[in-house]
Amino acid sequence: MYNYTEFDADFLATRNAQFRQQVARRIDGSLTEDEFKPLRLMNGLYLQLHAYMLRVAIPYGTLNSAQMRKLADIAERWDKGYGHFTTRQNIQYNWPELRDVPDMLDALAEVNLHAIQTSGNTIRNVTADHFAGAAADEVADPRPVAELIRQWSTDHPEFQFLPRKFKIAVSGSAHDRAVLKAHDIGLRIVARDGQHGFEVIVGGGLGRTPMIGKVLYDFVAYDDLLPTLEAIVSVYNLLGRRDNKYKARIKITVHEHGIENIRARVDARYELIRPHFTGVDQAMLERIRADFAAPAFKTADLAPYKSALQHYPAFRSWADTNLAEHRVPEYAIVTISLKAHGATPGDATADQMRLMAGLAARYGHDELRISHEQNVILPHVHKSDLPSVYSALHAAGLGTANVGLISDIIACPGMDYCALATARSIPIAQEIATRFDELKLEHDIGPLKIKISGCINACGHHHVGHIGILGLDRAGVENYQITLGGDGTEDAQIGERAGPGFAAEDIVPAIERIVLAYLDLRTYSAETFLQAYRRLGLAPFKAALYPEAKADAA
Amino acid sequence: MPKPFSPKVVTANALIEGDVVYQTAAGWTRVLAEAEILTDEADAEIRLIDASQQHDSIVGAYLADVDTAAGIPAPTHFREAFRANGPSNYAHGKQERL
Repeated sequence: MYNYTEFDADFLATRNAQFRQQVARRIDGSLTEDEFKPLRLMNGLYLQLHAYMLRVAIPYGTLNSAQMRKLADIAERWDKGYGHFTTRQNIQYNWPELRDVPDMLDALAEVNLHAIQTSGNTIRNVTADHFAGAAADEVADPRPVAELIRQWSTDHPEFQFLPRKFKIAVSGSAHDRAVLKAHDIGLRIVARDGQHGFEVIVGGGLGRTPMIGKVLYDFVAYDDLLPTLEAIVSVYNLLGRRDNKYKARIKITVHEHGIENIRARVDARYELIRPHFTGVDQAMLERIRADFAAPAFKTADLAPYKSALQHYPAFRSWADTNLAEHRVPEYAIVTISLKAHGATPGDATADQMRLMAGLAARYGHDELRISHEQNVILPHVHKSDLPSVYSALHAAGLGTANVGLISDIIACPGMDYCALATARSIPIAQEIATRFDELKLEHDIGPLKIKISGCINACGHHHVGHIGILGLDRAGVENYQITLGGDGTEDAQIGERAGPGFAAEDIVPAIERIVLAYLDLRTYSAETFLQAYRRLGLAPFKAALYPEAKADAA
Repeated sequence: MPKPFSPKVVTANALIEGDVVYQTAAGWTRVLAEAEILTDEADAEIRLIDASQQHDSIVGAYLADVDTAAGIPAPTHFREAFRANGPSNYAHGKQERL
């Protein structure tokens, strides 16, 4: 966990004091909304459908228990007792009042948290693999470099008014859990000749024009990383389309100019600025690395764990779905599902946040992570403690055994909250989860990712869902389009549109038809939905989805 | 022939709470049913300009279509229905007070 220096604390205090004055001037009428809006957005404050919304950055998704407890306190004191964890590893409060926001930011600063650059045309919160520092398949922990990028990008004078927002993700594993190829820049730590460096991917993104990122460089050394990033963003800053908001992301810049052209420009810019990077950043990185030293892993008797697996079916089921392999064999990575059947994906009450904080403090070396899939992770739990962790989670309504299954749905806030949305997402997620729970088919279906966005901007990552759902407004009625075969991993793929959309009351039966078709079509029970889709293509799923069209053709 | 003007209300968000508000003849209300119904296009434009100048109390004023069949304004689009009631996943927002 990165510890703030005096410089960091002073910077944040100054910034919060400035914003407090800006809010006061807005309330007393000296600032108009047009003057105030860019200032509030720089500090993560949106005005949504029913209220303001404060988006708080959780850098690379990492929290300690004190920070999680503070998030709970803020939810209770200034909001409605809950928070919403998002697909950028942030937390959003849906009901703050304008006059309270400066106090909320001060409370966040007490635990080294802030809302800076969670909006606006800047480099946003840097995301990372939520299993960072714990995953068995990891080359190196991506968080120290994510923190370095956070420091470099925060208030970077050249990059405060980019053509559009800019999102960076970092992973240290071959298996991509951070959706690197759907980011403006995706960085993957790789090893070559015994040295670690970065594969640099640019120009990915979802939204209106989904694109899979392209490899700009296959190996960039650590000390060349910041100058390389600065060169890329600098080239984009000049070249990006400021004339058209819908063509302003770097994915369009890369698409229009071609990767070779972009590489030549970045190379030229790099040559120019490289001498200014004198190694200070590497000294800083060394200090940051010390903050992310691995915890002192313990050893203990595994008998309680083995016995619980044998004698306690509910624990066994949870262990099968919600645990991942840790790099230390006696440990496990616990994913706490925020997707109880029928609940709002990503929401946690203040009490649940406190419970998770307590478990992290007692059993998890004081670490928590937020995943882009809107779940909470305890990255380091000794297997002997798993039965106790499960019992506590289960008692708090957090023991749902569905990670990676059909009810572990990503959903953006949609038109229940968001001013940009064209349809609701949350109720669709709730209904799908409830329906498949009733059918008792979830575990038989196996790994299946459903992702739902309530508008074309794709905060719900629907393009990379195995089944993606996009909510639109069709002549004043909510309508849902289905895409199939999307994938957000290292084999990234944009889903194919299945056909005409469905009304709200028809979308859950439509999903059911696709899934039942898959169960009939798979050749063996371990063939996943995505594997079956890749083998068979769209046609048989489309036939199941639109039976009337098939009848017409017959 | 020009399209007939459909009835409208002026709506916005309150500056402090962010809550949805509607213009009345005398000021603002939090309840759509109490909003002033505007049936004349020129009058609606003037009322919107008037609302837009009230920087110290509201944000983002615009004209929203309403259905007046029942004698009181009701939303015609689902977005305005959510604004008038609150989200569908929790009984928060305006519906808490209804």
